Amino acid sequence: MTEPLSFELSRPAVDPPRLPEADVDGPGPADVLPHDMLRDRPPGLPRLSEPEIMRHYSRLASLNYSISENFYPLGSCTMKYNPVLNEQAAALPGFAGLHPYQDEETVQGALELMWRLERALCAVVGVERATLQPAAGAHGEWTALRMIAAFHHSREENRTEVLVPDSAHGTNPASAALSGFHVVEVKSGPDGRISLADLESKLSPRTAALMLTNPNTLGLFEREILDIAEMVHATGALLYYDGANLNAFMGICRPGDMGFDAVHMNLHKTFTTPHGGGGPGAGPVGVKADLVPFLPTPTVERTNGHLELDYKHPQSIGRVRSFYGNFGMLVRAYTYILAMGGDGLSQASQDAVLSANYLRKLVEGDLEMPHAGPCMHEFVASAHHLTTEHGVRALDVAKALLDRHFYAPTVYFPLVVPEAIMVEPTETESKETLDSFARAIKEIAAEARTDPQSLHAEPKTLPVGRLDEVAAARKINAYLVGQSEDPVLRWKAPGEGAPKEAC
Amino acid sequence: MPYLVHSPEDRAAMLETIGVESMDDLLVDIPQSLRLESLQLPNGLSELETMAQVQALADRNRVYPDRLTFRGGGVYRRFIPAAVSAVTSKPEFYTAYTPYQAEASQGTLQAIFEYQTLIAELTSLDVSNASLYDGATAVAEAAMMAYVHTGRNEVLVSGYVHPEYVQVLRVFGEGRGIKVRKGDQPNKKTAAVIFQQPDFLGLLVDAPALTRAAHDAGALAIACVDPISLAILASPGEYGADIAVGEGQQLGLSPSFGGPHVGFIACRRELVRKLPGRLVGTAHDAQGRRGFVLALAAREQHIRREKATSNICTNHSLCALAAAVYLTYMGPYGLRQVAEVSFKRAHHLAARLAALPGWELAFPERQFVNEFPVRVPKAPSVVKKLARKGILGGLEVNRWFRELKGVVTFTCTEVNDPSAIDELVAALGS
Repeated sequence: MTEPLSFELSRPAVDPPRLPEADVDGPGPADVLPHDMLRDRPPGLPRLSEPEIMRHYSRLASLNYSISENFYPLGSCTMKYNPVLNEQAAALPGFAGLHPYQDEETVQGALELMWRLERALCAVVGVERATLQPAAGAHGEWTALRMIAAFHHSREENRTEVLVPDSAHGTNPASAALSGFHVVEVKSGPDGRISLADLESKLSPRTAALMLTNPNTLGLFEREILDIAEMVHATGALLYYDGANLNAFMGICRPGDMGFDAVHMNLHKTFTTPHGGGGPGAGPVGVKADLVPFLPTPTVERTNGHLELDYKHPQSIGRVRSFYGNFGMLVRAYTYILAMGGDGLSQASQDAVLSANYLRKLVEGDLEMPHAGPCMHEFVASAHHLTTEHGVRALDVAKALLDRHFYAPTVYFPLVVPEAIMVEPTETESKETLDSFARAIKEIAAEARTDPQSLHAEPKTLPVGRLDEVAAARKINAYLVGQSEDPVLRWKAPGEGAPKEAC
Repeated sequence: MPYLVHSPEDRAAMLETIGVESMDDLLVDIPQSLRLESLQLPNGLSELETMAQVQALADRNRVYPDRLTFRGGGVYRRFIPAAVSAVTSKPEFYTAYTPYQAEASQGTLQAIFEYQTLIAELTSLDVSNASLYDGATAVAEAAMMAYVHTGRNEVLVSGYVHPEYVQVLRVFGEGRGIKVRKGDQPNKKTAAVIFQQPDFLGLLVDAPALTRAAHDAGALAIACVDPISLAILASPGEYGADIAVGEGQQLGLSPSFGGPHVGFIACRRELVRKLPGRLVGTAHDAQGRRGFVLALAAREQHIRREKATSNICTNHSLCALAAAVYLTYMGPYGLRQVAEVSFKRAHHLAARLAALPGWELAFPERQFVNEFPVRVPKAPSVVKKLARKGILGGLEVNRWFRELKGVVTFTCTEVNDPSAIDELVAALGS
């Protein structure tokens, strides 16, 4: 089943919603504004009644898999249960109703929450201070790199390169480039960990920082992290921690103790704020003392129980978004941390590691494991053998899982593993769920041997089958070069230059 | 412990299956010197105790009623239809991930596609992306597009653009070596002229003239717009702007102390390949059924890495969904009604405030929509007096603009009913 677009459901005869009249003496726009300041024709928004709107969105909702209904073993994304209590907390009028420009005296509770959350996050990752301003992980990475640039600049050092392992998330090199750095790739060794020899050869007086995820994107702990930190610091560079994989070791160890100078966290991964179908998240950044002067402003300071927004940091990089960050997400994360406590967070990470190793064990007969275990909170398997022997690719495995009511693992990432299947079960999935997932993998592997063709045709049970992205890209290209009037990236009313079949 | 599912028996059985004795055997790669005893955090709480603590923090904040909130400055009180939160609180939407597996994410993908179309219609531009973080980062991303498109490294900020947006733009610009200059005289170095319509004070700028000036200098015109005002004001596409950006908080999102809200960005066809972030397009399956996919991914960080148009990955999908529900609920005429009611009430309020002894419009010759600057004698004490009476009065803007000492901006929307306006004026008179 598919659902028409709201624009296709729209009927011009539908009344607009009932809204208040102005009920005051005052001119309307046409009375005072010159004609050329006014809009020519009303925007082409759909016209639907509330019952139709609600049904439309309920039907759309039913077309989604989500963590509320499905196991979501999406590696590197930490799709754990989103506590409903968090939603209730963020919706409290005392938070949701606050204007960002209210006087400080009237928002003491909000500032206290931010202050406490900052301390809690610092305790988890082992750093001095943190900024809660960044809106997402990539935004946090970039914020950290701006601070690192400012740090080197303040020491009158001209460091232009950032080292990034070949297994890193794509946001790492992108954030480094947007921060004005030249990106230098560091190779992984055969054991899936960063090659110290290659690192050594790439470190130089030009190096501003090494960006590292630990455990890395293969789910492996960088055993030589203390040596790595020493090497990096010895050249005068800093060490940056990509917090995507923080769920592996809360309460077990801390990036700050490993020698990381700046640490970003994804509240929408580790700290259970919901992913929202692609945000909003929050990407706070914690830093060691050397970087504290460069934190974005304002910071939240507390003196004798009184809280204030402090803009007086002359070396600050400035502001990285409006207001104070995604406050609603901060409320959710703080609520989670309160409920879990230090003991709960530690247990959560241990369970995450346990579940990953358990699932890895269950599927290791059916998928290749390119690197030796144990893994941390996730593992990367490979469907390479299925591809070479039966023509079944990681994508086929992913789509076949969808037909079995599991969301798919991350596939084709990290790039260093062919036909990669990256699985992160998280601590909130039961042993029974993990068992059933392993059974599904076993079935799919068996089907790959007996009937590979049928796997190419999956998914069969979803609203749509595999969508032809190549044809879509071709059509978009035709539009962008002016050979077609079908934008593909939006709906257009028939007769507005779109072909008869609207999309 | 809350939200954890394994029983001690499960854990033991799982360790046995793995073939190890204890958790420590799974953590062997972590050097002993790094291992922690415990976190320096209090132990966890029951749900009852957790909520009591959180509620106590909420209670330490003062919430002004919608109708008595006359402060804007980028975040506004608006009527939010019940439909908005009824949709965004559906767990199928809020607990889904970025729609990487299209077939299992059609709900999110179609909703984003509808959002993109709504924003494109509102701005009269060709294509909108799936959302950005906020208005400030949307301005900065637009400036990056202009920098890449023109190969020029200076952007011009004209007039009273939201000061926090400009601050963010500067930090973004520093990373790429882009200079941010204030003024409205573009030259051969100018990549873009950025203006806000209405501006931070609520005043209307001559958007067509600024757009022409930008184009005459070979620069792009970036319009930072108020989405609700577009129901009545000429749209960026109508006056020829190349990129429209803005803050979408007014489209169904609560103030929430400044976030999460949503940044929007739309552009002309020629610039689509330079757009940051996600884009959703239509595609078809083997049976010819229409579906929706993430499109033009070759611009993005997970494919392009350091050559990506932006580093953005997680954006503000759920907020974009709220905006889509809001705009669909309002439709063209509902949105116009909201904009007109706000316009009329703001003009009514402006006339009454200007009639108070010693008060005057700060820029009487300039037009506005529903926010306006007033010169107020003893502004700080006036605003404090209103707070004592339970009214969130206007915003003193001289904290950002020294030349605007004594200038306070007031905003009025459909939530400020006539009796609330009477209360405000009475409180000022007393």
